[in-house]
Amino acid sequence: MRKAAIERVEAEHLIQDRPVFYIGDTVDIGVRIREGEKERTQVFTGVVIARRGVGAAETFTIRRIIAGEGVERTFPLHSPSVAFIRTIRSGKVRRAKLHYLRDRVGKATRLAEVRRNVGAARRAKAADDSAPAGTAEGADESDNAAQKDE
Amino acid sequence: MPAILGKKVGMTCVYDDQGRQVPVTVIEAGPCQVLQVKTVETDGYNAVQLGFGDLPDRKVSRPAAGHVKKAGARAKRFVREYRTEDTENYEPGATVTVAEFQDVALVDVTGVSKGRGFAGVMKRHGFKGQGASHGTERKHRAAGSIGRGSGIPGRGVAKGKRMAGHMGHKKRTVEKINIMKVDTDANLLVVKGSVPGPNGGYVMVRSARKTGPAKA
Repeated sequence: MRKAAIERVEAEHLIQDRPVFYIGDTVDIGVRIREGEKERTQVFTGVVIARRGVGAAETFTIRRIIAGEGVERTFPLHSPSVAFIRTIRSGKVRRAKLHYLRDRVGKATRLAEVRRNVGAARRAKAADDSAPAGTAEGADESDNAAQKDE
Repeated sequence: MPAILGKKVGMTCVYDDQGRQVPVTVIEAGPCQVLQVKTVETDGYNAVQLGFGDLPDRKVSRPAAGHVKKAGARAKRFVREYRTEDTENYEPGATVTVAEFQDVALVDVTGVSKGRGFAGVMKRHGFKGQGASHGTERKHRAAGSIGRGSGIPGRGVAKGKRMAGHMGHKKRTVEKINIMKVDTDANLLVVKGSVPGPNGGYVMVRSARKTGPAKA
């Protein structure tokens, strides 16, 4: 059970407009990177292989293959340095943790696609493409733009 | 030098203005009542005694009821005093809330650490134990030799030799930790890092005794 006092402390640190995404989804993660004065957003693309934790401490792990080497990054879901999360495709999976992908290479790492809310995704993408680069889904545009300016 | 009693609620994390994740402990602190003010004249030293958490009537012993009578308070679950020269500003019956910590940056938090029972030397003192293989039998977590027959130090086992034994459930203080937030509406203190004891354990929060930069 979550304690009310802890939820109260976390409340202002949660990012409410995080999109829904699932284990097995292939996602683009916008990672804010600060280089001295400048800040830019780098995109990390990969498969969501795990989600753990609850509240402000929730994290998710993204796995991808870079130059033949498996790379996993774990992000706090509510970290301000995660600029956006965009689902590219959804994989059909029967596990909550996809650690078995670590033992697979090449074609064996593919996941069958499930088409989930295709229409909604297309609309989001359309709104997204018309929006300036770097912002997340259409509905969250204003909010994200505001954050970006900071 | 404010001090307050409270209860450790649990840990979570917050994000600072740099976007960094910071681990924090939430403490439900106060409101406390001043039960007694001790002075050099009456008690030989200066101190303020605080109480936190009312006891139900059926649990109040007559001595406990008598003790709090002067302060006009109800008997408390958790009573602690702290030394302070600044006794004039406190009166029995006065209420202490987290608001007193609004201008405080660093605090010491005292609590009773989690009990680990009778623990071996690996857990209790961080010994390395012995080999997992190479013929080691039933000695994987053993301490090894504890001394020699005689010679320096003049006895078989040196005094203070670290061995297995009871671990934890001791009064411990973490010093100089940052206050991240004071929530006067919900009587919450949010401090950086960990605090001794289990969730639900009672703690005392005081403004830091030592000066200088925060611990970590």
